[in-house]
Amino acid sequence: MQTPPRLDLSGITKRFPGVLANDQVSFAVQPGEIHALLGENGAGKSTLVKMIYGIMQPDAGEIRWNGERITIQNPKAARKLGIGMVFQHFSLFEAMTVLENIALGMDANIPARDLEAKIVAVMQQYGLKLEPHRIVSTLSVGERQRIEIVRALLLKPNLLIMDEPTSVLTPQEVEQLFVVLRQLASEGCSILYISHKLHEIKALCHTATILRGGKLVDTCDPAVETSRSMAEKMIGGSLKDIQRGEGRALGTAKLTVQSLSVAKDGPFGIALKDIGFSVKAGEIFGIAGVAGNGQNALLLALSGETPSTSPEAIQIDGTSVAPLTAKQRRLAGMASVPEERNGHAAVPDFSLSDNAILTARDRMGMVSGGMVNAHSARTYAGEVIAAFSVKATGPAAMADSLSGGNLQKFIMGREIMQKPQVLVVSQPTWGVDAGAAAAIHQALVDLAATGSAIVVISQDLDELLSLCDTLAVINEGRLSKPMPVAGANIEEIGLLMGGVHGDPNAPTHISAEVAHAY
Amino acid sequence: MSPEFIIASIVTIIGLTTPILLAGLGELVTEKSGVLNLGVEGMMLMGAICGFAATAFTFNPWLGVIGAAAGGALSSMLFAILVLQLNSNQVATGLALSIFGTGLSSLIGQSFTGRIVPQFGSIFPDVLAKDPIWKLLFGYSPLVYFALIMVPLTAWFLKSTRAGLILRAVGENDHSAHSIGYSVTGVRYAAIAFGGAMAGIGGAYFSMVITPMWAERMTAGRGWIALALVVFAGWRTGRLLAGAYFFGFLMWLELFAKANGFGNTMPFLQAIPSQFWAAMPYIMTVVALTLISSRGNVGASAPACLGKPFLPST
Repeated sequence: MQTPPRLDLSGITKRFPGVLANDQVSFAVQPGEIHALLGENGAGKSTLVKMIYGIMQPDAGEIRWNGERITIQNPKAARKLGIGMVFQHFSLFEAMTVLENIALGMDANIPARDLEAKIVAVMQQYGLKLEPHRIVSTLSVGERQRIEIVRALLLKPNLLIMDEPTSVLTPQEVEQLFVVLRQLASEGCSILYISHKLHEIKALCHTATILRGGKLVDTCDPAVETSRSMAEKMIGGSLKDIQRGEGRALGTAKLTVQSLSVAKDGPFGIALKDIGFSVKAGEIFGIAGVAGNGQNALLLALSGETPSTSPEAIQIDGTSVAPLTAKQRRLAGMASVPEERNGHAAVPDFSLSDNAILTARDRMGMVSGGMVNAHSARTYAGEVIAAFSVKATGPAAMADSLSGGNLQKFIMGREIMQKPQVLVVSQPTWGVDAGAAAAIHQALVDLAATGSAIVVISQDLDELLSLCDTLAVINEGRLSKPMPVAGANIEEIGLLMGGVHGDPNAPTHISAEVAHAY
Repeated sequence: MSPEFIIASIVTIIGLTTPILLAGLGELVTEKSGVLNLGVEGMMLMGAICGFAATAFTFNPWLGVIGAAAGGALSSMLFAILVLQLNSNQVATGLALSIFGTGLSSLIGQSFTGRIVPQFGSIFPDVLAKDPIWKLLFGYSPLVYFALIMVPLTAWFLKSTRAGLILRAVGENDHSAHSIGYSVTGVRYAAIAFGGAMAGIGGAYFSMVITPMWAERMTAGRGWIALALVVFAGWRTGRLLAGAYFFGFLMWLELFAKANGFGNTMPFLQAIPSQFWAAMPYIMTVVALTLISSRGNVGASAPACLGKPFLPST
C-alpha cells in the first residue's frame, strides 16, 4: 500500500471582503519532499500557509494530514501535529536572549537548563551555530533566522513551512540554509518553501506549485522548467526584459560623495564611516548589503534629512549640497525615495494629490505666492497615476487606500516624473509584483538615459545585478570599493555583504550550484 | 544631629517611600507589558477611598487593604476596556482616568469625611516595635513590609518565571507574541489589573496608615512621581527601589524645611522658602527624565511596544 501524502489539500477556498484569496487550491506534499510554493505578491501564498498553520480557517475545502482529514484550529494545534513555521518577518524579541526567545516559542514549560541542552543538541545535529545567551539585537539576520529554525526544529516537525527565508541572507548564508534543509528532507521532514526567487527553487526544490490570483496555475518539476517559464506562469504573461538604448555613454561625475561620516542615531543605529563614491550622468549605481548595515542612514544623509558634518561631503556637478536641507537639495535637482512607504515617503491619510504636493511643489510649480495650486497638483498626480498604471480611484484617493505595490509605483512615479538630476531610491521594488517591478526598473533606466545619476539601495542582489552599471556593498556603515556589474563576482560580493552584521561563521566559498543560479 | 532625630528621619523617609514604591512597582509591570497607564494618581485615590470605606464598614484594616486593591484594580479595568478593547489612545485615556479617579473618590468620600477608622496594629511584638532603636526594623505598618517583599518578588516574576517572560515578550513585540499564540490582550488585562491593585494599596497607605482619615486629593500628586520613578529606574526593579528612596528623601526635605529644621543646623538654607523643597521631587523628576533621555538610555531599556495599541493584522 502506498503511504498517503504528508499534507494533502483539496479545494481550499478562502474569501476576504472583496477578494477571493484562495480559489479551489489542491496539491499534496509527500514525506521528505521540498515543495516550492510560487507566486507574486497577492497570489494567495501567505493566506494558504496561514490556513495550514492554523492562523486562519478555510471557508471550504479539506486538509488531510497523513491521510486523515483534520481541522487545524490554531498554531498550537498545528505545532502539535508537527507543523513548524519560519516566518518571513521573524517573530523575535530584540531585547531578549536567544534562549528566552526559544522558550517563548515552546508550548511546554521546560526549565531553562534542560532547554539549553536540547538547543545545543539540535544545533550540533544540524551544524547550526548560535550562542544561547546573546541578546537578539546584537545578532545578524542570518543568525536571527537560525533562532527561528532551531525553534521550529525543537518541535521535531514533520512539515516545515518557510516563508521567503532567503530574502535577507547573503549568498553564503543561503548556501548554509540549503544544507540544513536538505538534511531535514533526507530525514523525512517535508518542507513547504515559499519564495519568488526562481533560481533558488531550481537549486533546492523537488516540486513547485504556482499560484496566481488565488488560483493554482500549475504544479511542475523545477528541474525541468526554466526560470523564465516559471516566471511567466507566475505573472500569466510574457516577461519583459529591461530595454536599454543603444550605445549609451556615461557623462561626467554628477553626484560625488566623499568622506561622508554620520554618527549613529540611537542604541541600535549604525554609524556611517568615511563613505565615498561617485555616480556619472546616465549611470545607475547600486548599493547592496544585508538589512541594517547603514542603508537607512545613508539614504537620510543623501536626501538631506540628517545634516552632514563635513561641508564638502556631498556634491552635485561639483557644487557642494552638503550644507543644504532636504528641500534645498530637491531644488538643487536631487530627489529621493526612502524605504518606508507609509509615513515616510507618503502620508497615509493624505490624498495622492496632496502627497504629490509634498515633494513636487517647487519643481512642478504647484505653489505661487505661498498659495497651493490644487489644480496643478491634481493634474500632476493624475499624470503619475496614468504613466505608472497605478491602480487608484484617482488623485483624490487616500494614500493608505492603495496596496503597497501601487503606492510604491505612485511614489516612484512622483519622483521620476520630476526628472531629477540625481535620484536616490531605497528598495524601489520592495513588496511590488514582478510586472510592476519591471515597469519601475524600466522607468529608472529611461531616467538614466536622459542623463540623470541614479543611486539604488537594495537588499535584492538580483535586482541590482540586472539594473545597475556599477555596484558597491555596504557593511557596518562602510562602503566597499565600487565595481562594474559586468565583471562582478558573486562570491566576492557575498563576502563583502558578510562582515560583522553578516554571519562570521558562514563559509567563504559558495558552491558552483548557488553561484551558477545567479 | 541626635540619634533620635536620625531614626525619626529614616522612619519618615520609609513612610514617604512606601506609596510611590507600591504604585511604581505596579506601573512597572503594566509598562513591561507595553501599556502606559498615566492614571496612577486616579487609581491611588480610588484605592485610598475604597480602602478607607472597606475599613470603615468592616472595622478590619486587612479587609480594607483588599478593598483598596479591588478599588484600584476595578478603576484600572475601565482604562483597560477603553484601551485594549476600543483601542483608544493610552495617554489621553490615562489622563482621563486620573481626573475621573480624583472626582469619583471625592464623591464617594463625601460621606466619610471626618470619620476615623481603626489602624493596623504592629505585626511584631511591642518589645521590638516600640523600642526606640529596634523600631527602625520592626516598627512599621505591614504595608511597608509588603512593599519591600514585593520588590524581589516582582523582579523574580519578571526575570525567572514563564509568565513573566511572556509578559515581557508582549511588551517587547506584541505582534510576534500574537503570532506565536499568546493572548496579548489577556496578558495586558492582567498587567493593568496588577498595576491598578498596587496603586490602590499605595493610595490606601495615605488613608489608612499616614492619617486614618479621608481627605480629598490626599495622595497629593504622588501618582505622577510613581510614573516618573518607573522611567527614572529604567524599568528595572532594583533601580526602582533605589529611586523610590531617593524621592522619599527629597519629600522628607520638604517636611524638614517646614518644621524649620534648617534654621538650627544649616542657617544658610533658612532663606530658601519651604515651597522650594516641596517642588524638589517634581523638579528632580524633570531633571532625571531629561538626563536619562539625553543619554539615550530610555530608548534602549523601555519596552519596545510601550504606549502603542495592538491591532492584530489577521
